[in-house]
Amino acid sequence: MNKPRIENVSRRGFLRAGGALSAGLVLGVHVPAYAQAGAAAKPATAGAVFEPNAFVKIGADNTVTVVSKHLEMGQGTYTGLATIVADELDAAWGQVRVEGAPADASRFNNLLWGPAQGTGGSTAIANSWEQLRKAGAAARAMLVATAAQRWNVPAASITVKDGVVTHAASNRKATFGELAAAAASQPVPSEIRLKDPKDFVYIGRHVPRVDSKAKSNGTAIFTQDVKLPGMVTAVVAHPPRFGAKVASFDASAVQGIVGVRQVVEIPSGVAVLANNFWSAKTGRDALKVQWDEGAAYKGSSADIIAAFRKAAEQPGAVAKSEGDAAKAIAGAARVLEAAYEFPYLAHAAMEPMNCVIRIADDDTIEVWNGEQMQTGDQFALAKFFGVTPEKVKINMLFAGGSFGRRANPAADYLLECASIALVLARKDQRNVPVKLVWTREDDMRAGYYRPAFFHTLKAGLDANGNIVGWQHRLVGQSIATGTPFESGMVKDGVDATSVEGASNLPYAVPAIHVDLHSPKLPVPVLWWRSVGSTHTAFSTETFIDELAAAAKKDPVEFRRALLGKHPRHLAVMELAAKEAGWGKPLAPGKAGEKRGRGIAVHESFSSYVAQVVEVTVKADSTFRVDRVVCAVDCGIAVNPDNVRAQMEGGIGYGLSAALSGAITLKDGIVEQSNFHDYPALRINEAPRIDVHIVPSAAAPTGVGEPGTPVVAPALANAIFAATGKRLRSLPLKLA
Amino acid sequence: MPTIFVNKERVDISSNVPGDTPLLWILRDYLSMTGTKYGCGIAVCGACTVWIEGQPGRSCATTLASIKTGAEITTIEGAKTKEVAAVQAAWEKLDVPQCGYCQSGQVMAAAALLAKKKRPTDGDIDEAMTGNLCRCAAYPRIRAAIKEASKALG
Repeated sequence: MNKPRIENVSRRGFLRAGGALSAGLVLGVHVPAYAQAGAAAKPATAGAVFEPNAFVKIGADNTVTVVSKHLEMGQGTYTGLATIVADELDAAWGQVRVEGAPADASRFNNLLWGPAQGTGGSTAIANSWEQLRKAGAAARAMLVATAAQRWNVPAASITVKDGVVTHAASNRKATFGELAAAAASQPVPSEIRLKDPKDFVYIGRHVPRVDSKAKSNGTAIFTQDVKLPGMVTAVVAHPPRFGAKVASFDASAVQGIVGVRQVVEIPSGVAVLANNFWSAKTGRDALKVQWDEGAAYKGSSADIIAAFRKAAEQPGAVAKSEGDAAKAIAGAARVLEAAYEFPYLAHAAMEPMNCVIRIADDDTIEVWNGEQMQTGDQFALAKFFGVTPEKVKINMLFAGGSFGRRANPAADYLLECASIALVLARKDQRNVPVKLVWTREDDMRAGYYRPAFFHTLKAGLDANGNIVGWQHRLVGQSIATGTPFESGMVKDGVDATSVEGASNLPYAVPAIHVDLHSPKLPVPVLWWRSVGSTHTAFSTETFIDELAAAAKKDPVEFRRALLGKHPRHLAVMELAAKEAGWGKPLAPGKAGEKRGRGIAVHESFSSYVAQVVEVTVKADSTFRVDRVVCAVDCGIAVNPDNVRAQMEGGIGYGLSAALSGAITLKDGIVEQSNFHDYPALRINEAPRIDVHIVPSAAAPTGVGEPGTPVVAPALANAIFAATGKRLRSLPLKLA
Repeated sequence: MPTIFVNKERVDISSNVPGDTPLLWILRDYLSMTGTKYGCGIAVCGACTVWIEGQPGRSCATTLASIKTGAEITTIEGAKTKEVAAVQAAWEKLDVPQCGYCQSGQVMAAAALLAKKKRPTDGDIDEAMTGNLCRCAAYPRIRAAIKEASKALG
């Protein structure tokens, strides 16, 4: 391979331009500071002299570095984790920095995932809560012990506030930085006293996000921004249908494209490697690839849903069964039945999937990625390269959104990049960093969608309008089957992620039966922000609304009577209803407009959310969401403003799907490709959102996902209130 | 050989850089200015918003050949107007960013709006900002922060 040559930009530019710009021009390999740090795998904490545990480093320069084992993909994780440490440590917020942890499950495993490191299921704060409180408190105790020895005073007479250790009686003070070196030789305390929650200084109050500045001035570094010496950018021609393979390809049209370096065949397609993205993409687009479609999937969405509908006529694997629901319904005074359709959904994070991989001479595999599932990806890459997992080093960068997409047990885009790097290594081109960049179109058509689902619901009411029996059948692909998560998540043919939110229906019904069909299809599926609840919250919460209407009861009153054993569901519902002015008439719309209000309540990831949606339906049957009132119980709100931000964002993400989200297949081809045909919520459609947090002393639970699944059913119920029409197919269309 | 000015610095671009190269990739890959982001490549998401001759434009769909010689390009790295400063301060104060990937584009679009309209209405904000997607849906805060910045600008 040629040495990297940057000949596309004139040297005259270098001579005339000044400063950093010229360095970029002449070298073409200007490396952002953060990426350089990542390359050295020793980010920013060279000065740390006191590392009492895996999560806290204190430097002689008085900085406190909190090591985040979790990915910051937008949910405020870096800020929240640092808040917990800083509080127990009594650090000043201004001295706190955050850095991403390396991949090492022995120190950084997700305690709710067992031995694996990763971020997902809204667990970052929940699993770290006690661990990081102890980490901060231990560091504090060691600093206090150091000061006590130095000043020869009892530790109990020392106080710590805002990063300053004080002995008031003798008026002596020391900063953490001044004590750090000596603190390193203190024994780690065996018993750690945690704060009384009434003494929290940051938890439950407002702490600014640690990443807002860098994300407002363009300096935050994402994988897309990584630039390493000698790096090549790869753009890949992928088969148009799932299951197709390369038969042959003609790269003659690629010859001579400025900046292109080579074309390589890999299992997932044909990759064009170039000095820059545009050259690689131009080359990719010029390739002529013949695809072997012998094993290609050529189905269409309409066929898939029709097959699901057919499957739903037969009993499935039982997810929950209490009492004799069929018999109860057969004897009911009134029976209601409904069927629901949910399309595939793409995650469509703003940053299309990408990663950088470099194979070093000693077989170390170094990865730069918005890394959501370290242990899984380490094992997948180790297996692929035939090395031990420890040889896979992962630099975790900010992710420009993920919503689950970067936590793929199949490690799809990582293995694609690895395949390219392996081809280079076999051609004696080790040490060349390969940056795989997917275009938006590549990203949207690559699969790993929220699975399409079909549900049927059937319930009986007695003469007084009480539910006597409830039958819920779900049909949709299993996410966990065939992955390392199968043994933990799939029991007796039931993938827990398919039925979560349905098999744990909170409403008191005397007989319930929930069953599931998990058809296998070649369309790859994956968790998508709030996973099973994305569909189960919709079907259960709109169906309970139908039952309330059939029983001629107010939707809140009807739910209230059935939630006696679920006080946290009840409390969020009551709060949302109160704050929304439930029961009071809505201000009327303009002439020809109809307005309505709808409610939904749902628990996911052990957090409880209720939302009231106010909608205006226009004469032409289009509608707009005017306001969403949201109540959330997530235990202790570590950062209440971030809880509000996550409810706002989760609602917006759920609304995108409710209003327009659908990936459809026609003859095996994904019909959508970009944001023009897979629209997402924009600011002109974004409703006012009011978030109310239930005060709680319970341990914190997650907020990244639980806001998402509630808005679509609340909206559908609001549309019913406005128009009398029940919408049971997503996205919601009245016309 | 096209000459453009990026953040007031002269950049001469060799004639062997293809004319269909979008400005976005000139900035990112040749000039190593990575603050401007790739999101869609077809001018529908706004992540690549820069100012071209002072007007917000989509760098992903602005080819090198279409840029007139001597054009002034301003990116997030070089945008130092009082409106940009006010927008960035408001963005921080209200913790607008979540994943942050779209925010360079949001900031450039919002500052351009404020330069044109000191007291934007909700309708003005919709018109100026609807082209800028945010998949984290930070929209309530984007709206509030634009108003905050407007207030700070006096």
